[in-house]
Amino acid sequence: MLAVQNLSIEFGGLKAVSNLNLSINSKEVVGLIGPNGAGKTTVFNMLTGVYTPTTGKISYFGEDINGLKPYAITEKKIARTFQNIRLFSELSVIDNVKISYNYRVKYNLFDSIFRTKKFRDEENKIQEESLELLKAFSLDSKKDELAKNLSYGEQRRLEIVRALATKPSLLLLDEPAAGMNPQETKDLMEMINWIKDKFNISVLLIEHDMKLVMGICEKIVVLDYGKKIAEGTPEEIKNNPKVIEAYLGEGA
Amino acid sequence: MKDILKKSSFKALMAIIAVFALLNTLIQTGVINYYYSGIINLILINVILAVSLNLIVGFTGQLCLGHAGFMAVGAYISAILTLKTNMPLILGIIIGGIIASLFALLIGIPTLKLTGDYFAITTLAFGEIIKVIIMNMDYLGGASGLSGIPIKTKFPLAFIFTVLTIVIISNIIKSSHGRAIISIRENEIAAQAMGVNTFKYKIYSFVIAAFFAGIAGALYSHYIGFLQPASFDYLQSINILVFVVFGGMGSLSGSIISASILTFLPEALRSINELRMIIYPLALIILMIFRPQGLLGNKELSLKIFKNLANRKEDKVC
Repeated sequence: MLAVQNLSIEFGGLKAVSNLNLSINSKEVVGLIGPNGAGKTTVFNMLTGVYTPTTGKISYFGEDINGLKPYAITEKKIARTFQNIRLFSELSVIDNVKISYNYRVKYNLFDSIFRTKKFRDEENKIQEESLELLKAFSLDSKKDELAKNLSYGEQRRLEIVRALATKPSLLLLDEPAAGMNPQETKDLMEMINWIKDKFNISVLLIEHDMKLVMGICEKIVVLDYGKKIAEGTPEEIKNNPKVIEAYLGEGA
Repeated sequence: MKDILKKSSFKALMAIIAVFALLNTLIQTGVINYYYSGIINLILINVILAVSLNLIVGFTGQLCLGHAGFMAVGAYISAILTLKTNMPLILGIIIGGIIASLFALLIGIPTLKLTGDYFAITTLAFGEIIKVIIMNMDYLGGASGLSGIPIKTKFPLAFIFTVLTIVIISNIIKSSHGRAIISIRENEIAAQAMGVNTFKYKIYSFVIAAFFAGIAGALYSHYIGFLQPASFDYLQSINILVFVVFGGMGSLSGSIISASILTFLPEALRSINELRMIIYPLALIILMIFRPQGLLGNKELSLKIFKNLANRKEDKVC
């Protein structure tokens, strides 16, 4: 489904990521791990069009998508969340979700000025669908709250809902468990598995919590200093000497 | 849902007609004299300016410091059209607005791709350039001004254009396009990641804002009858920005209220001329200290707010 070939990016001579190869199949959960500064978020930013890779190719369903703008990549059905939460904090919870419908809204500016039937039908549909989505993540009781007034865990959940509202087939999660306690992390693991089945999508996630990564990923890719040092099933990664060295240092 | 929607818009329409009928009768019968009806027209023009600037500054989050420049374009274009070609005023006003929005398109395309302060600086420069160009065009009267413009902006015309501006901008804001526009203000990176073409929506909002600034300019030129480039300098842009900040960035009703108060206040203080220049800024400073988010913040004035306030008071009593 997603195939990344020889992906590299340089920032003024510094190779942040070099020659990365990566593939994700449909309905697969893939983990991207590595020490701090290994280039994981940079990979995300290249996949979502925030950065344009210096060299390399990203193809999605056989279509070349590198160099596309972030909104165009969302239209191609790749959605993401952010490491440090980036909600539309002064907007209500439901409006946060509704914004994800913008790229495929069927009415134009004139319909909204004159409140045509097309406008009302589409708005009703968006309202209904967003509400249903919020309900699935038990956020519907807070639909009119401002996003900034939600608890930390709810904000993380709303980020996922908002990303899902763009109807992706690949969801990129950037440290979804950051700042969560063990119980919340456990719930999150169940949620990610449930999302995968319910929405029929693949997930690529960056995470430092090894319990989560080992627990739900079918495949794990390890980055260190911008290079891929290992790839395999959780079992293989656990016993890979290179990975142990990267995390714990030589001789450990 | 649909019925409620229809009902509430019907009520709003009735309220607008009632206000119009009341003010119009008072002006016709002379209860509101010529001087005050002039101030009402000026208030309406300033409301259009404030509401349209709020779209780009308050809702889209892009600081525009050249709103007076677009106003100047609309004012001069429409004045020339009615003065030299005898075009009907309404047509002149609309053409003025369209030309102003074309200018916005021209400046917006290179600058709105960038983030940061570039847009503010460019619009500031645009306003000044327009002023200098007009000063140097004898056809437009040059620095000494363009006089003899027919005074045709009467209360009904200004009122209709003001209501149209408010309705159109508020309908845009309460739609998917409006939500996209607001998401740019809230977090541009997240907006893009959710599929919003932020550049396109910044252009939309800027062009629409400039269109209404042009219309306000056209109404102004046919209200005052005499145009001078100096009245469209950056101070006028700042003046409109003050309306927006005072009323609350992201609140249309806030802009309406603040433009009304801040237009009326200097006139009301005319009798104590010496203190005028102290009281007006003092009012602004006090508001900014006690309510930095402006009169209404980013909320809209509605009956709901009063109901909530009443409920809160009841809670306290209990």
